[in-house]
Amino acid sequence: MKVEAKILLTLGVFFGAMCAVYWNWSLENAGGVMMFAGMLLCFLPGLYYYWWSRRMKARPEDDPHATQSEGAGVVGAFPGTSIWPFTLGMGAFFVVLALVFGIWFMIPGLGLVAWAVLGGTAEGRRGGRV
Amino acid sequence: MTEVLDRPVETPDHGHEQHHGPTGILKWLTTTDHKIIGLSYTVTSVMMLVIGGAFAELIRAQLTTPNGTLVSLAQYNELFTMHGSVMIYLFAGPFAFGGLANIIVPIQIGAPDMAFPRLNALSYWLYLMGSITMLSGFFTAGGAANFGWVGYAPLSSSINTPGAGADLWIGGLLLTGFSAIFTGVNLCATIFYLRAPGMTMFRMPIFTWNMLVTAILILLAFPVLTAGLIMLYADRHFGTHIYSVAGGGVPVLWQHIFWFWGHPEVYILALPFFGMATEIIPVFSKKPVFGYKGMIFATLSIAALSLGVWAHHMFTTGVVLLPFFSIMSLLIAVPTGIKIFNWIGTMWRGQIWFSTAMLMAIGFLLTFLIGGLTGIYLASPPLDFFTHDTYFVIAHFHSVVMALVLAGMGGLYYWGPKVTGYLLNERIGKIQFWFLFIGTQVFTLPLYLLGLRGMPRRMAVYPHDPQWKFLNDLSTVGAVLIGVSTLLFVVNIIVSWKKYPAGDNPWDGHTLEWFTTSPPPHHNFYRLPQIRSERPTWDHNHPEHKAVPHGKHAEVTP
Repeated sequence: MKVEAKILLTLGVFFGAMCAVYWNWSLENAGGVMMFAGMLLCFLPGLYYYWWSRRMKARPEDDPHATQSEGAGVVGAFPGTSIWPFTLGMGAFFVVLALVFGIWFMIPGLGLVAWAVLGGTAEGRRGGRV
Repeated sequence: MTEVLDRPVETPDHGHEQHHGPTGILKWLTTTDHKIIGLSYTVTSVMMLVIGGAFAELIRAQLTTPNGTLVSLAQYNELFTMHGSVMIYLFAGPFAFGGLANIIVPIQIGAPDMAFPRLNALSYWLYLMGSITMLSGFFTAGGAANFGWVGYAPLSSSINTPGAGADLWIGGLLLTGFSAIFTGVNLCATIFYLRAPGMTMFRMPIFTWNMLVTAILILLAFPVLTAGLIMLYADRHFGTHIYSVAGGGVPVLWQHIFWFWGHPEVYILALPFFGMATEIIPVFSKKPVFGYKGMIFATLSIAALSLGVWAHHMFTTGVVLLPFFSIMSLLIAVPTGIKIFNWIGTMWRGQIWFSTAMLMAIGFLLTFLIGGLTGIYLASPPLDFFTHDTYFVIAHFHSVVMALVLAGMGGLYYWGPKVTGYLLNERIGKIQFWFLFIGTQVFTLPLYLLGLRGMPRRMAVYPHDPQWKFLNDLSTVGAVLIGVSTLLFVVNIIVSWKKYPAGDNPWDGHTLEWFTTSPPPHHNFYRLPQIRSERPTWDHNHPEHKAVPHGKHAEVTP
């Protein structure tokens, strides 16, 4: 976890320094804002990882001497199969078509998005179909 | 049912090999398995390569004569716009971070799947729908988008480019952009949280490292493009004037936003292919990668610098800080040079096996060197002012992207057997390589000269100049050779279909994907080896030649 934190924080510091030099030198706002936002986007997860890395034991994947048995146990929950990503993708497709061909495409588009959000959430609670 | 998965320990009969689920098209529609999603991405993106390649062949055919009449001027504008769009947005990126990375990264780190399998599936569907959206512009009354793949304002305004084709281009990009962002989130989470015990960050294969850095770049760059596209759409349809001078807007803002995404995008495209070459070269040189940590820090440096170089695409606008962007752009040559040095160092005194994958990787190295060196010229404002908007720029980035195609083909020959369980025919592969490699040079090198002799890009017709015509003809011959190489790849797939069983580790590979079966089982592994270096499979198969930890020297025994 420490390495992950260091990577993100180092990138954030670099973007911050680059932003300071660029903004002061060029007085151009768009690029300065974008680099500043880039810095924040690195600091946000970077500080989270840093905070946790100081408070938790090294995970088996951070331990160079770990054996496979140290990682035994639950890795995570992995859904088998699910129709909802496809449904949500189709919904997003119709929403985009509505931006081009007419607002009526929003009816199937938002309908599919809502259906997929509800279905996906319910599936997450009861477990997906295999 | 959602499976709560235990990590496989050294028990061959652990029992995820029996996975019952839907079959046929329902399996494709509902799968959350990263290997099937990755395969879908790979097949779709290779189809996009063929479509984009067909557009390129039409462009080159049009330019064989100064007053070509194969397509109209308007159709030519659509062709070069959609050629660039399809190749950049729909082929190169999705092939790398959606296709091969999706399949390979979880296996290389010993993970059972991507961290968010349903989000992964959603990424693919958004990508497929985005591709269909963008290409469907050809079936509208006004034709497809025709303002260049960069969509510069105010050319892309609703007054200058009315019609559904431009809106479908914006919509398609929004969908594929979200797809990329979700894949970026998934790759980061997978690499940070699902590594096997002992797989520390500095034992990850270089390909996985490059995909992590690519994912971070995606998360930094793609939201900017998405925001820019929403503003462009608002300008076109909601009466805002963000990019139009008439209402107090700033057209060059689009260029800032676009290239703030666009230059990191160059590395989002390139880094995965660097990673593929870095996997192939050590395996076929029978050596560990030279300068493992140097490679990682070079990749991180390239990514960091890439966010500060966007306006080198805008030198001729006259409103950007030339010294800053020139220095930052030139600095990128340093980590890139380190990479090239390390690739050569890896091959140095190795037992090189000139397989198709290795030939493709060497072809990548040479072609990328040409593209990279000419990029250094373009980072210098005086030279850029001279060559901007000429074929020199076209030649530079086609050297770069064709190098990536070579590396990508290498990746397909290298990892294809792992995914399918079958090898491709090596003889046809080598013939394909020579067509692709020679075709690339015959296609790109004349374009450098054309640019230096003043031929502007994006012209459907050009003056009767014998030198221009000869160089254009030569370039077209190269494009045809590249087309033949693509056909040879299709022929190879047909000829080799389920003919040459690969076994689990046909190349004597180093990394974890070569430890599991070909193709890997559901959730990837029946068992995992101890991981004590960046070459766990090699260590397991060659205990007498175990990798030496970084910074330590092997004990010399008489």
